[in-house]
Amino acid sequence: MRLLPPHGSRIDRGTSIAFSFEGRRYTGFDGDTVASALAANDVILLGRSFKYHRPRGILTMTGDDANTFVTIDSTPNLLADVVPIREGMNVMGQHYSGSLIGDNGRWIERIAKFLPVGFYYRALFRPRGIWPLWEKLVRRMAGLGRVSLDAKHGYYDKQYLFADTVVIGGGAAGLSAALAAAERGDETVLVERQPVLGGSLNHARFDAERMRGIDTARSLVAQALVHPKIRVMTDATCTGWFADNYLPILQGNRMFKLRATDVVVATGALEQPAVFRNNDLPGIMFGSAAQRLIRLYGVRPGIRAVVATANEDGYGVALDLLDAGVDVAAIVDISARSGMGPLARAASEKGIEIVSGGALREALPTEGGLSVGAVMVADNAGQDRLIECDLLCLSVGWAPSSALPAHAGAPVLYDDSWHGFTVRETPPGMRVAGAVNGVWDLDAALEDGAGGGDIPATPSPNHHWPIFPHPDGKEFVDFDEDLTIADIRNAVADGFEDIELVKRFSTVGMGPSQGRQTASNAVRLTQEANGGLLADARGSTNRPPAFPETLGALAGRNFHPVRVSAMHERHLEAGASMLIAGAWLRPACYGGAANIEAEVNAVRGNVAMMDVSTLGGLEVRGPDAAEFLNRIYTMSYLKQPVGRSRYVLMCNDLGTIVDDGVACRLADDHFYVTATTGNADGVYREMLFRNVQWRLDVDIGNVTAAYSAVSLAGPKSRQVLERVCDDLDLSAEGFPYMGVREGTVAGIPARLLRVGFVGELGWEIHVPSSMGEALWDALMEAGAEDGIRPFGVEAQRILRLEKGHIIIGQDSDALTHPHEVDMGWALGKRKPYFNGARGIEMQMKQPMTRRLAGFVLPEDTAALPEESHLVLRDGVIAGRITSIVRSPTLGRPIGLAFVPPDMGEPDGRLAIKGPRGRLIEATVVALPFYDPDNKRQAL
Amino acid sequence: MPFGLLKYGFAKTYPANPILPKTPELKPSYDVVIIGAGGHGLATAYYLSTVHGITNVAVLDKGYIGGGNTARNTAVIRSNYITPEAVRFYKESVDIWTGLANDLGINLLYTQRGQLTLAHTDATVRTFRERAEVGTHLGARTKMVDLKQIAEIVPCMTLDPEARYPIQGGLWHEDGGTGRHDAMAWGYAMGASRAGVEIHQKTEVTGVTVENGKAVGVETTRGTVRCGQVVQAVAGMSSVVAKMAGFRLPIRTYPLQAMVTVPLKPFLDPMISSTALHTYVSQTARGELVIGGGSDPYELYSTRSTLDLKESLIADTLELFPFLAEVKLMRQWAGMTDMTPDYSPIMGESPVQNYWLDAGWGTWGFKATPVTGKRMAETVAAGKVPDILQPFRLDRFRSFALANEMGATAASH
Repeated sequence: MRLLPPHGSRIDRGTSIAFSFEGRRYTGFDGDTVASALAANDVILLGRSFKYHRPRGILTMTGDDANTFVTIDSTPNLLADVVPIREGMNVMGQHYSGSLIGDNGRWIERIAKFLPVGFYYRALFRPRGIWPLWEKLVRRMAGLGRVSLDAKHGYYDKQYLFADTVVIGGGAAGLSAALAAAERGDETVLVERQPVLGGSLNHARFDAERMRGIDTARSLVAQALVHPKIRVMTDATCTGWFADNYLPILQGNRMFKLRATDVVVATGALEQPAVFRNNDLPGIMFGSAAQRLIRLYGVRPGIRAVVATANEDGYGVALDLLDAGVDVAAIVDISARSGMGPLARAASEKGIEIVSGGALREALPTEGGLSVGAVMVADNAGQDRLIECDLLCLSVGWAPSSALPAHAGAPVLYDDSWHGFTVRETPPGMRVAGAVNGVWDLDAALEDGAGGGDIPATPSPNHHWPIFPHPDGKEFVDFDEDLTIADIRNAVADGFEDIELVKRFSTVGMGPSQGRQTASNAVRLTQEANGGLLADARGSTNRPPAFPETLGALAGRNFHPVRVSAMHERHLEAGASMLIAGAWLRPACYGGAANIEAEVNAVRGNVAMMDVSTLGGLEVRGPDAAEFLNRIYTMSYLKQPVGRSRYVLMCNDLGTIVDDGVACRLADDHFYVTATTGNADGVYREMLFRNVQWRLDVDIGNVTAAYSAVSLAGPKSRQVLERVCDDLDLSAEGFPYMGVREGTVAGIPARLLRVGFVGELGWEIHVPSSMGEALWDALMEAGAEDGIRPFGVEAQRILRLEKGHIIIGQDSDALTHPHEVDMGWALGKRKPYFNGARGIEMQMKQPMTRRLAGFVLPEDTAALPEESHLVLRDGVIAGRITSIVRSPTLGRPIGLAFVPPDMGEPDGRLAIKGPRGRLIEATVVALPFYDPDNKRQAL
Repeated sequence: MPFGLLKYGFAKTYPANPILPKTPELKPSYDVVIIGAGGHGLATAYYLSTVHGITNVAVLDKGYIGGGNTARNTAVIRSNYITPEAVRFYKESVDIWTGLANDLGINLLYTQRGQLTLAHTDATVRTFRERAEVGTHLGARTKMVDLKQIAEIVPCMTLDPEARYPIQGGLWHEDGGTGRHDAMAWGYAMGASRAGVEIHQKTEVTGVTVENGKAVGVETTRGTVRCGQVVQAVAGMSSVVAKMAGFRLPIRTYPLQAMVTVPLKPFLDPMISSTALHTYVSQTARGELVIGGGSDPYELYSTRSTLDLKESLIADTLELFPFLAEVKLMRQWAGMTDMTPDYSPIMGESPVQNYWLDAGWGTWGFKATPVTGKRMAETVAAGKVPDILQPFRLDRFRSFALANEMGATAASH
């Protein structure tokens, strides 16, 4: 039932919102949460529990428990007590079969005795192999909420924030802390999980007259909202603490990543349950939850209430209940406190019956079992009394909301005199203030927030042992996991002594609320069962996130950059199919795979061109440039003439080959070095790293993106190039193989390299990227009369294999040293040092275990083996194929394979385990397959 | 109703049947001291005591049973490695796993729901084919699958050809599965202690006593112990403990993180991993999605979590399963991984006599627990390294005979 104002500070009674729950239509007001709107309609059963399908309702009203999990539209596991209602939303309860009210899954509770703690470790595995069958059943029953496989990924993004001081929690202590920091001149961010600032000031009772909290909030909030140094973030949840005060703050569909000099944690405290039989029935909630319903949402949480308390808060709850027109049948004070506070006196004056020194026996359900109908208590004389009620409020103690300090490494230990956990020793840059710091008085909290130094100790609000075992059990310690007193004790009896082992065996605290309501009582019971002391006992480790985080918010907008060359549009126009090469897109072939052979033939017999812009380009300049290359690459570069290029091979410390390319000497102190497409950034990084070690006088620049390059290849490439290049002598003598020149091509300033990965006469022409497309067009036009055509990566892979060139990473792996791929020739013999020299030397002291060999297959081989198919010897794995193609030029399949050294001699036979395990015999041949005398490329 | 549970239902009081033993007094000497009461140390103790009759064994741990990396891994069990040596080794482990629950008398929730690894590049396809060929040749059920087959194995996964890195193929490992990591450690602890092994929790080793090049005992926070042999099985702290014995290991230690979502009704049976996206996902029997990736990029002895890794891991996971965007993440954690240069473990002799190494377990240690325990026990009992462990001896780094598993490890664990 709805209460009249001033109850309901959050709701706007002028705006009605209709929604449905379990197929029935309800209305609430703007500002309502799903649970408050339903409670206003007297609907308190929200869902069913994980293990026993017990009925569950509101517990905290703060989204700190999993009792209120509902599915809204297609999204499961949303917290009904914090999710605002929206017009037309379709809300369903969770974890039942059939209907929420008549859940067919309830039978499981009847066999609960047969399902002791960790029962699934004890059974379901005999006979051998049976568990997968049981597992199918278990998986049918497991899980909370069904995710829609068609759900859409909504929009989420991220933003960085910086602050001198960030205050987490906008209650009394937090407001005070933010104002103090702002007054000091700090850029301050104040983060509040709720839609409005004020925290418990908005709903808790600090005085008999009730106005103290509201008045305090009004004044502090007004100051905070207008303070120029404070940025207030409401509906914003700080979900964790990471090193150096790096905090994720989730607000709407944005994740803020805030870095702060100082963090003030003013997150308050979490009310803790009493443990007694049926303590989970709908209608049993924390006193603070009832206060929130009354004060924030204007909902009367019941008709006849019992308040079980161990502190002043419970009396405040009782007074609020009276104000809301609830009949308070009794206050059962389970503490043995002497003396009464002002709230207790006021409650007493109002004539509420107080059962002092009482104990909770059990809660009894109404007929149908869906909510609380009465509570059995024992008075201080031990006499049982049954008190009928439809609302049982629990105010028996609190635990600090200590997730953030715990993430930061602050010990959170049980304090015997406080009867609960306290946060000790926060790290530099963090402090705790207010209730999370165990400060339990409004004035003291305000002072603590402001950093007021020594705060006088306040009496603990915690009952030392709010645990009431019942012979018939069902006293829940963990609502998420349906764990009872016996479960914890039995886990310890089974040898699980450490709280972490208790947790792992029983799953206590492992559910969605991550121990927020269980830690205190689980530790009490564990220590009791162990016969250990509670003093300084630890709870299980608290890890991020402090509150569940939406995956979409963590992901944000996904960003996958794509790199394309300056000629990209030309490739698409020419019908290229593009291939992903790291971040790059490269033409695989033009006009379909059927054209690959024609592309190969064009290179071999005519003229063709390829976009090689993706090759890494590195400028190495300075007096020590040659020395630098001499160390980082395997060949010798000191005497390399200007105007010549030389092969470069890079090894790591192990001696494994990692990259190759060519080094063009443009001047004594200037090299232009190429690297492979996939590894250009790695080579650049390695160069910078080595240069830091060696401190040579060189400067290294990664100019990959600054240059576009075309490989022009084929016997007619010279005549094509001559048409667009008139400032260089392109003759075999004037521009020999491995020569390098700077000139112009079609008027474009260019670096020309006479190199050839494909084994034909050809040039690589490197030009500034801004003119890459112009170069492409000029060469296509110049070659038109010869029938020039572009070729792609697929054709190049064939061409290079015909020529016996390896692709690093394909024909080599993470352990391949140069000798294994017959590249001993590329190792400088007279150099004192190069990267990997020592590794290669060490490896060559061992017998060679493999080498890369060329092989051919008969022309008529129908089902070709594939790359990575195995080479066998006597049925044992001896090696593998690294490359294989049908060679258009040689008219037969050719390939490379790693084989034991003795199997790699020409004319040897290899047994290849081909498709479907069929053995295929290959013949080893000397490399290269094509043009062994290298006449073609030197034309 | 399974018979094993009847006694609980009919008993008046809980019929406690301890799984874990209480920590006894520390004796002055043992035949064998095992440092580390994680899965590996406990399994070694179990096989030493039950197979080799060596029962005067103490397993020492600074924390609680199975509380290190045994408790922190994501419980993947597979044998689809790339080198024949590794496939043979891990396959033996998978073979033991299939009957281990019954051997130990505790349900390990071991299930082979298969592992699907996704290739997004040509290079990965080649690597997968090698793994498939090697695995098939050695009897591990591993094969290449195409997009159509992938869609049948995981109908809910996005196979968008327009994705930035579209899936090109997969490696389907039918033998791939998961087991309950904690239960495995408890089962070995139970079996070993029932055979006479002592397990000492909260007993930190602070020094190794070496005399004339031989290990003769350890110092602990509860006193000094003499022993004939020492086994070190302390994943995540291998270098630190080896240093106590006076030698260095070629290991660098990096944090490795993982996370779980709130439980959801099961929709995902196999484990899915993607090498290019550096992510893997599986759904537990409780319904939680377990999400993990590669090790952190820098060395650290800490089990702290980071935000950055969580962001990238979740972003990559949502590439495959965009419908999970509204699902909530519940918990993240970290372990410490001892990475070797070749992504393979180190087992066998150390530079100190009678001091046996079980180290370098990077991100691949959990699944190997049974075979490692069995073979390390054999090693200690016989005083020599059996053939199946030969490829993994420390010596290989001297002779460059590395067992390179980089291509098959990465984000698959």
